[in-house]
Amino acid sequence: MKWLRSHLVGMFAVLALVYLFIPISVIIVLSFNKPAGKFNIRWNEFSLDGWTNICGVPGVCESFLTSIQIGLISALAATVLGTLIAFALVRYRFRGRSTTNLLIFLPMATPEVVMGASLLALFLNLQFPLGQTTVIIAHIMFIISFVVVTVKARLQGMDPRLEEAARDLYASPGQTFRYVTFPLVLPGILGAALLGFALSFDDFIISFFNAGTLVTFPIYIWGAAQRGIPVQVNALATIVFISALAIVLFVQIRGQMKRKSLTAAPANPATIDVLPRS
Amino acid sequence: MSTITSSRNIEDLRLENLVKSFGDFLAVDDITLTIPAGSFFALLGASGCGKTTTLRMIAGLEDPTSGTIKVGNTDITGLRAFQRPVNTVFQSYALFPHLDIFENVAFGLRRRGIKDVTPAVEAMLELVELAPMARRKPAQLSGGQQQRVAVARALINQPDVLLLDEPLGALDLKLRRQMQIELKRIQTEVGTTFVHVTHDQEEAMTMADTVAVMNAGRIEQMGHPADVYELPKTAFVANFLGQANLFSGSVTGRDGEDLVVATNGLSMRLPAQRNSATGTELLVGVRPEKMTILDEVDAGKIPTGSNLVTGLVTDVSYTGVSTQYLVEAPWGQVLNVFEQNVIVGDRCEVGDPVLVHWAPEHTFGLGS
Repeated sequence: MKWLRSHLVGMFAVLALVYLFIPISVIIVLSFNKPAGKFNIRWNEFSLDGWTNICGVPGVCESFLTSIQIGLISALAATVLGTLIAFALVRYRFRGRSTTNLLIFLPMATPEVVMGASLLALFLNLQFPLGQTTVIIAHIMFIISFVVVTVKARLQGMDPRLEEAARDLYASPGQTFRYVTFPLVLPGILGAALLGFALSFDDFIISFFNAGTLVTFPIYIWGAAQRGIPVQVNALATIVFISALAIVLFVQIRGQMKRKSLTAAPANPATIDVLPRS
Repeated sequence: MSTITSSRNIEDLRLENLVKSFGDFLAVDDITLTIPAGSFFALLGASGCGKTTTLRMIAGLEDPTSGTIKVGNTDITGLRAFQRPVNTVFQSYALFPHLDIFENVAFGLRRRGIKDVTPAVEAMLELVELAPMARRKPAQLSGGQQQRVAVARALINQPDVLLLDEPLGALDLKLRRQMQIELKRIQTEVGTTFVHVTHDQEEAMTMADTVAVMNAGRIEQMGHPADVYELPKTAFVANFLGQANLFSGSVTGRDGEDLVVATNGLSMRLPAQRNSATGTELLVGVRPEKMTILDEVDAGKIPTGSNLVTGLVTDVSYTGVSTQYLVEAPWGQVLNVFEQNVIVGDRCEVGDPVLVHWAPEHTFGLGS
């Protein structure tokens, strides 16, 4: 009973993790499968075909690279624009500021189907040819909101006295931004860019409406799902998962090491206890 | 040390008719004062009295509504913060968290385009005794050390005026005492004018050569700490800087150098030159430690000419150095009396009828 009480929370945590990771592990395991029929659903036989011949199925690598390209371009553009908007919203008082603050949330709150469909209507009306450009425009549009929210939070959390201190110490407005504001907001901007890339890479609904004949990775998988998803898709998905995991681990470990050096610092009392003479 | 102690002439800081209003609220109400070069000046007041606003205007972080700020004869009112020969030690320090201690201290020099900053930074870190910490980040330092980095970061620029905004507010009592002495030492060593804003009257009195007590945007009284304490000119100053017992009364006559005042049916005396009231109505004041408390039976020990109040002890607190009594006068007013614990033997107890007396030369008169 006592054992149960002290381990219950841990057991629930393990169950929750299992729940989260079973679907992912299925994908990873099946990337080493040699499916018996068209559908890669049942385990048949171990094979490295999906990995050694990763571009073996026509279109799969092209769509993967297309998605990465779209993700990089839209994340970059949205981060630049969103950061500028965030600075304007936090630093300046102007007419329509609170309206902008509200409207920025709109793309996040709008159902993707609605946004995808209305963007399509817009492009058709303008007779703008559908393709990579329209997908990028659409992605930038909805990523901006997330960037603004992330960078704004970082900016608002910054002590305004730090910038005052810089001004007090002979930094011109430009220097204050370059040497104090920007380095302090940078982690927020990088986080926003990563999030933006993930959102773009991941997006199916809005892309599908506005892609025309362009095939992004999610669109490819959706198309393949009807005919049977090739093993290569599992392999590529595994690569994406492991890359994401690697980034998270890298950030975590770096943070841990930083904290360790913080706590280890006072270990040498001879150097830390230089107290003022009294 | 030659890189720190400047041989150039430091000039007076002059505020002329300085006003700052935020909407309808008058934060600083027409302040004119001269802070002598090289002095340690304290602006003392409760929060919201306008002392920090005054400091921020001197730093250039706030624009005055009207008035001028001068260093010597140079008008700096129109200069922006980064153009002024003034540096600030901010409340809670505002050290740059992404830079190490060395770079924090070097920041001002680098911004002014000085190439070789190492000797100056090292000398400065030596002065504040933080040389071994040069490559640490601010978060790795204790509160007292961060405080000294903030001082070093400002002082390295050899400002004409160093502004300190509640610099010791975040430290615990013991460290605060140490830092008070430390700051005073640094000030003497570099000779720069220090303008120190604080709400802690003890801190202001310990460190400053001149104290200005601010209230509601104005300077109520200014002078050497001892002078202001011994002879407050307003009731606010009397109560803000230490404690005071005040009796309202009116002048009934004059006896030589002394005024005779009738208050609550008693007659008290105070030297005419210690009275700052203009009319006949006034507040007669005395500091608690100037009073002597006696058992009723010892009435004979009271020197002639003393001011005297009878009363009942309502509270006794022993604080080690002194004993603090609350004594209720016949008209209901409760007096504060401090007695040094130099006498061996009985102290007065709660309920004792006592005599409280003090010399007229410790009495002061205030406008009511």
